[in-house]
Amino acid sequence: MTLIFKFWIDLLAILLLALGIKGLSKVRSAREANRLAATAMAISVVGVLIGSFGSLVESPEAWVWIILGSALGGFLGAITAQRVAMTAMPETVALFNGCGGMSSLLVALAVRFFPATDSSFGFVETISIVISVFVGSITFTGSIVAMAKLKGWLSTPAWMQNKIRHVINIALSAISLVAIAGLLGGSNSELWLLIVSSSLLGIGVTLPIGGADMPVVISLLNSYSGVAAAAAGFVVGSQLLIVAGAMVGAAGLILTKVMCNGMNRSLLSVLFGGAIGSTPSGGNDSGEYVNITSCSVEECALTLEAAERVVIVPGYGLAVAQAQHTLREVTRALEGNGIDVIYAIHPVAGRMPGHMNVLLAEADVPYEQLKEMDVVNPEFPATDVVLVLGANDVVNPQAKNNPSSPLFGMPVLDVQEARTVFVIKRGMSAGYSGIKNDLFDLANTSMLFGDAKKVLGDLLLELKELGISAKA
Amino acid sequence: MEFAEAFWVLLLGSLLGLELIGKVPPTLHTPLMSGANAISGITMLAALTLIITADGRTPLLIIGAVSLGFALFNVVGGFLVTDRMLAMFSRKSTRK
Repeated sequence: MTLIFKFWIDLLAILLLALGIKGLSKVRSAREANRLAATAMAISVVGVLIGSFGSLVESPEAWVWIILGSALGGFLGAITAQRVAMTAMPETVALFNGCGGMSSLLVALAVRFFPATDSSFGFVETISIVISVFVGSITFTGSIVAMAKLKGWLSTPAWMQNKIRHVINIALSAISLVAIAGLLGGSNSELWLLIVSSSLLGIGVTLPIGGADMPVVISLLNSYSGVAAAAAGFVVGSQLLIVAGAMVGAAGLILTKVMCNGMNRSLLSVLFGGAIGSTPSGGNDSGEYVNITSCSVEECALTLEAAERVVIVPGYGLAVAQAQHTLREVTRALEGNGIDVIYAIHPVAGRMPGHMNVLLAEADVPYEQLKEMDVVNPEFPATDVVLVLGANDVVNPQAKNNPSSPLFGMPVLDVQEARTVFVIKRGMSAGYSGIKNDLFDLANTSMLFGDAKKVLGDLLLELKELGISAKA
Repeated sequence: MEFAEAFWVLLLGSLLGLELIGKVPPTLHTPLMSGANAISGITMLAALTLIITADGRTPLLIIGAVSLGFALFNVVGGFLVTDRMLAMFSRKSTRK
């Protein structure tokens, strides 16, 4: 009786999860879809509890441990989710993800070291345990390194930029394979070796990857944690776990690919290339700037006052300076004066695709003002002023007109088509790609040097002096 | 569960995942990633099973509880943080 009941509950949970993932890919339904998925998870827990009701009645002490574990994990998770700043979203996702991987790893370990009395390990069980341990370890250490790098706690050590890292990672993979072979032979001691080598492998693969590629890595690790969950499903014999894990694994892989396309990078080059900046690039990429025009905040304010149509291009620098609220005040002032303002969002703007939308939404920017690249590009010729805030590579015209540039082919915003372009930037340093930005050399581009938040604050004051401020 | 049966489940689940994420607007990449991430915390079911079938063996109970804690941290945190992000999209220009 309970088994049939559990079957229907599992089926319901899987259906709701699938609908949840489906809904999460549309703006309108996303929030409900997220709740749906959460409900599905809760239902699945009820399913497990009902399915093993008999053994639960016999061993009341299991309840103590269940409540202890879930209360602690759930409480910490809730606190973290409430406290974390929106700008710190990528590292938070990485942290959560790592913990998911750790959980799969622990399950596999427990099953292998403390098997039920009457069971022996067949080939399939062993393989499942091995995959769960291997992928779980990589997910855990990889995610933690990704988080530490995004937080700025860790930077890439110099030797990691070197080719040596490939040798080390290949050696670690080889050790893992040896350990796996031993485990398949029925020995238990190699399990520790596998944990150590795959944990180090997770670190070794993630550590050399540059900041802007990190989201892709997190997305990939997210896919891995799905794989680890599916493997754990094989270990404990749960179909629900296998389906959910496989869904997350596959969806994560697709999402990773979509992100790579947005940056015109292949997954392989993200994983094995390290930071592009470290590889020598072609002759005309690292050219000197010859025609930089720098201007004052005052000039910028005067130009803005005369404009009718302004496009804001926010980038990574804006997120780092946490200037989105100040930016919103500036645009409010402009709108109050009848100036048309829209935001051009490049697919990989911010620290993670879609991250910029979240940050601007937090600063109360109306959703309708955020325009995607394909929509906004034809409109640049009719635009008076473009404000580029901490974005660099995504506005580099080289991607369109220099076939020898490493950026060539990457979709970019055609800001140079606008009448005037102001680039607010901390200095002349190159963007993430390490490539010269031809935009800065153009006659209609002026540079405003300084921290985005400070420059915008000054701009707000200047605008106020010109009588431009938000309507009360 | 038979291996063949489990393998079919794996295969169909993967296909479903590939099919579900067809065309995602870039706006939703971050929330989708974090939502999918929360779902991958489904290993909490395995941890739960581990505790239930522990049969009073203390090491299993402890590992199970720790594993359950990690998984729930992932699940609860993941869903809440996704909701926080998505809440920002839904409150539109109506709010001043």
